[in-house]
Amino acid sequence: MLDQNKTTRVEMDWSGPERLQMNMGPQHPSAHGVFRAIVTLEGETVVAVDAVIGYLHRCHEKLSETLTYAQYPSIASKTDYVAAMTSEFAYVMAAEEIGKFEVPKRAQYLRVIVAELQRIASHLLWLGTWCMDMGGALGGGATIFLYCIRERELVLDLFEALVGARLLYGFFQVGGTRYDIPDGWAQQCRQTIDVIESRIEEYEQMLEDNAFFLARAKGVGIVSRELALDVGIAGPLLRGSGIDYDIRRNAPYSSYQDFDFTVPTEQDGDCYARYKVRMQEFRQAVAIIRQALDKLPAGPISSRPALKSVAQIRIPKGEAYARVEGPRGEVGSYIVSDGSAKPYRMKWRGASFSNLAILPHIIPGHKVADVVAIMGSVDPVFGEVDR
Amino acid sequence: MLVALPPWVPMVISGFVVLNVVIGLVTYITLLERKFAARMQSRIGPYRVGPHGLLQPIADALKLMMKEDIVPTAADRRIYNLAPIVFLIPCMLIFATIPFAPGLGVADLNIGILFFLAVSSMEIVGLFMAGWGSNNKYALLSAMRAVNQIISYDLPFIFSALIPVLLTGSLKLGDIAAAQQGSLLKWFVFYPVIGQLSFIMFIVATLAAENRVPFDILEAESELVAGFRVEYSGMKFALIQLGEYAHMIGSSFLGALLFLGAWSGPGPEALGPAWFLLKMVLMFLLVTWIRWSFVRIRVDQILALSWKALLPATLGLLLTTAVVVVWRTGGF
Amino acid sequence: MNGEQARASLASTFGVDIAAGVPLVVTVAPEQWEALARYARDTVGCLFFNFLTAVDWKEQGLEVVARVDNLEENVGLMLKTKLGPGVTSCASLTPVYRGADWMERECFDMFGIHFDHHPDLRRILLEDGWEGHPLLKSYAVDTPHPPYR
Repeated sequence: MLDQNKTTRVEMDWSGPERLQMNMGPQHPSAHGVFRAIVTLEGETVVAVDAVIGYLHRCHEKLSETLTYAQYPSIASKTDYVAAMTSEFAYVMAAEEIGKFEVPKRAQYLRVIVAELQRIASHLLWLGTWCMDMGGALGGGATIFLYCIRERELVLDLFEALVGARLLYGFFQVGGTRYDIPDGWAQQCRQTIDVIESRIEEYEQMLEDNAFFLARAKGVGIVSRELALDVGIAGPLLRGSGIDYDIRRNAPYSSYQDFDFTVPTEQDGDCYARYKVRMQEFRQAVAIIRQALDKLPAGPISSRPALKSVAQIRIPKGEAYARVEGPRGEVGSYIVSDGSAKPYRMKWRGASFSNLAILPHIIPGHKVADVVAIMGSVDPVFGEVDR
Repeated sequence: MLVALPPWVPMVISGFVVLNVVIGLVTYITLLERKFAARMQSRIGPYRVGPHGLLQPIADALKLMMKEDIVPTAADRRIYNLAPIVFLIPCMLIFATIPFAPGLGVADLNIGILFFLAVSSMEIVGLFMAGWGSNNKYALLSAMRAVNQIISYDLPFIFSALIPVLLTGSLKLGDIAAAQQGSLLKWFVFYPVIGQLSFIMFIVATLAAENRVPFDILEAESELVAGFRVEYSGMKFALIQLGEYAHMIGSSFLGALLFLGAWSGPGPEALGPAWFLLKMVLMFLLVTWIRWSFVRIRVDQILALSWKALLPATLGLLLTTAVVVVWRTGGF
Repeated sequence: MNGEQARASLASTFGVDIAAGVPLVVTVAPEQWEALARYARDTVGCLFFNFLTAVDWKEQGLEVVARVDNLEENVGLMLKTKLGPGVTSCASLTPVYRGADWMERECFDMFGIHFDHHPDLRRILLEDGWEGHPLLKSYAVDTPHPPYR
């Protein structure tokens, strides 16, 4: 492995190539958060990458052993803070699985609507930041970034009307959801997704006919099928490499089986394939939300009484691993319970942690400029990586 | 009256005037770019400093002048301090040969365009000095890329600029402008086929020689932070910005002069310089429009584009123009 | 192979009782850990490495838990091994699954489990000079550690 003590020396070997070790991060305009990549360069080609993480480690797993099942869901959103709803979803589902709590149908549909809206918001941020990485904060990339942020604001307005918060929610609770949709929300939601659907068409036109974009994205960062499975990446990265697997369809949870949607898959495994998968996921999310709003049943939003004290929810002894198809992949929560109001051990299977592990395998051989393009298409969120 | 004055006095005065006008233009053209970009991104741009942000450039200039001058400890002081000046001087010198109206210019040399092209490629020295003197890996990487890129694109730049020279038969910029006076169709951009192709190639080569997106790999914020400028702050940074935008404006003036007819336009003769300015702004806005719409391409793709596509194309076009000119003047 | 076949074949090969259900939970002795993973990948067809972690059972010792999936047949396998009281070393799964690399580094970081034959076992989330392994039950939440606390 790379010798950390040599990070500032230029190694010159007169009989061979000259190698330069350059540090990208942890403070860097495109690191997607705090991330340090020690790249070894030979000219402009990257020869090795050592990914150093842990700058955002907040000991969620130790923390969860001190917080009850009623307190933790609001904290759970801080792991994947860009897609906070799906983070909470996994934890709450694991607790329900151990305790064998039934979730009422209305709550399940609400969870689906909110998760799909969150997917749209997260992918909008991904598109904006990826183009910004490739095009510069003062350049063509910034234009698309601002357009995507403008659309994301519409979705965040919906969340604000529903929960009261724009980024980190406390919407999920064990047994159902905490809030019900207010009047007029369904109408606003439909309008929002109509607008977003038309704008996605526009972005595809802007990008896919653009020779520069294709030159940056095609053939870059190819992930083979067997590498994808071996390392354990999930989500759009897996589907972009030709593996047709989506938890919502293969192992449905929370009434996803009631909805009619396709799972986009691409064969090439490069950045462009992952881009296409995510663009298609926008449309599928819109379709799911429309169906869910149409079929939303009446009923209670939680099978447990309203929370009045922190130690209210007790879960019997047992363990469970619940997984959710988040925008970045499989977000999972493995809870071992000992019968008290707090978990005995809780492990977050963060989608970005597994996805990021693929960088040392696929980056060598590419140029420096591709490092940012690949990182952008892997779309890590460091709250999930470091927890 | 003025007969008693030595001949260099009017030159010095006109040089001084041009320099000041250029600096004023540079500051306000940054505002124009910011407003234009903002509208493209569905926002407003500078708005509060002065009416509609008109005092923003002055505020920025004042701020930069008041900043602390930081020199990194490990930097090579002499090179680090000299670099902005060495970068700025060629970018200002190019304005010496541009005639803003028939007879109105600092020095309308007989080899005007040669002087322009030669001096404008001297900025690469200042750029490399900045990258090297900063003693910073990012700056070094960016300086290396810059040398690669600017050298590769100077050749197509020169060849596409030589096409109007061939069509006129003179290296004097005043003559090239004069050859396009009279009617709209005399502008070289409307010359059948050759005019349009060479204009497009000139714009691409200008984008690359200016380090503008899609060719701004050497200052790619997302990878190299600010590239060769990363260690500069305060007035030195202001000088570098000045140089870059001055070069940009100079190339726009050159493009307007070579292809868009310089001061030709409807109305009285005295309106000539205003038309010239308008055409320069148009060229600048075209480049800015491209800048805010595209992502950048990788350095090896940039170099491939230059050596494999643009250079053979401009060379071929130059030879074709030569043949056409000789044929038209009955040389065959 | 599908869920039922996997259950039967794993039970017979490793001599353990496996309850029916989703996912299948297989508990083996630490000596059979790598062999189990290899069997899961090669025979049961679980090519997808999901995660690897550990649980601290205080007096009973540590337990290493891993999950692998067969995406085509929709078979999820939870592999477990109890290391026994006081034991802090375990065989590494990196020869079998490349994804175990970072997961095992995290286990080392948080629990102090040393994985044999791991190519590069160093701390991943905490800084290199950190003392102690936080997720062990013996490590108090408010343990002081200058300069962070």
